[in-house]
Amino acid sequence: MDRKISVPLSAEDAASLRAGDYVYLTGTIYTARDAAHKRMQEALDAGHSLPFDVRGNVIYYMGPSPAREGRPIGSAGPTTASRMDKYTPALLDLGLLGMVGKGRRSPAVREAVIRNHAVYFAAVGGAGALLSKSIKAAEVIAYEDLGTEAIRKLWVEDFPVIVCMDAQGTDLYETAAESFRREE
Amino acid sequence: MKTVRIEKVTDTVREMCMEVNYQLSSDMCKVFENARSTEVSPLGRQILDQLAQNLEIASKDRIPICQDTGMAVVFLEIGQDVHFEGGSLEDAVNEGVRMGYVDGYLRKSVVRDPLIRENTGDNTPAVIHYRIVPGDKVKITVAPKGFGSENMSRVFMLKPADGMEGVKNAVLTAVKDAGPNACPPMVVGVGIGGTFEKCALMAKQALTRPAGSHSAVPYVKEMEEELLERINRTGIGPGGLGGSTTALAVNINTYPTHIAGLPVAVNICCHVNRHTVREL
Ligand code: SF4
Repeated sequence: MDRKISVPLSAEDAASLRAGDYVYLTGTIYTARDAAHKRMQEALDAGHSLPFDVRGNVIYYMGPSPAREGRPIGSAGPTTASRMDKYTPALLDLGLLGMVGKGRRSPAVREAVIRNHAVYFAAVGGAGALLSKSIKAAEVIAYEDLGTEAIRKLWVEDFPVIVCMDAQGTDLYETAAESFRREE
Repeated sequence: MKTVRIEKVTDTVREMCMEVNYQLSSDMCKVFENARSTEVSPLGRQILDQLAQNLEIASKDRIPICQDTGMAVVFLEIGQDVHFEGGSLEDAVNEGVRMGYVDGYLRKSVVRDPLIRENTGDNTPAVIHYRIVPGDKVKITVAPKGFGSENMSRVFMLKPADGMEGVKNAVLTAVKDAGPNACPPMVVGVGIGGTFEKCALMAKQALTRPAGSHSAVPYVKEMEEELLERINRTGIGPGGLGGSTTALAVNINTYPTHIAGLPVAVNICCHVNRHTVREL
């Protein structure tokens, strides 16, 4: 099913999405990848607050290439989500409702997705030039010294993603590949 | 004896780094177009269409095809009658990479130390492989490698008794484990034989061979075709979301090996399999 959804996510939208839904996101999301996740975890361990309130928000696992003059961002496709698995359950338990990335997630992430009625979206890996066209503005809001790995707030319009893991824990990577398998 | 100015190497590498990140080579475009006409999954076709659109935008607007513009892998085939003048060859290559990545708005993805992890800020150093060959030409291949797929690559030290079946299973295992993480449809580079490091290098080199071309060795060509077909029967599909296009090509290189061994390396690459060649 094709759906247009606004971000940050409402609890109802997050819980109602189903694996396989094709979704266009409009609103604001935040980027964070390996180094930013490590810092956020260190902040939590030290009892500090995070650089942004994760409640209801969507994190995009992405580190862009530099923007040319007059553009908000360079190439901007997803990176492999599993490298963030170690940090993800804690963020979901704090109220994070969505993630955009590519690739499989760990059982612990799946449990946390179910527990918190959250959702994991896939964006098409290797389509960074195309995806950059749905990003209308970008602003570094934390960890600027990390360069491409800094946390950015993105204003997106009809950003195309596919629901890969829904609030019930259904994993499209498993079900879809299985239905096209033609091995003896 | 031919003299090559070192600045020429730098300029060439700089241009190649940019070009290769905005525009896929024609061999890749061709296998990609084939896949669009054969994919059976509707979502798979939709994803392949998005990837085709992505390629168009990238070359028209000079935006990198993928934000992971890779670690620059450079192969240098140097004629033994060539003399370089004006400085260090290694520095010249790295200077070309630095300029290409800075001037070309490419992402800087290299850290100075694997554990301390401070970004070098200019994507250097490159990984450079030198080979001395007869003649007076310099052949430069630039092949930036993204790490979503690099991370899924494997070396298997098989036993001679594992034979052909063992090799095929090793390749299929690596591809299935890579699955959606490697941004399928993939290109699979395989090195069989040699030593531990030789087979890995052959697998990397295999990725730079034109997609759709085949080994000149008949049994290797057959293996390439069979493996491509079997990989496409796994169902992984475009983006890992199901379908009949999991790989675009399987390229295999072989080399003599030891009586006691059968090393196999599988270098997984995504559909953004970048490689470009120039000769000086
Ligand atoms: S694996 Fe390839 S397509 Fe995917 S993010 Fe990395 S470089 Fe890009």
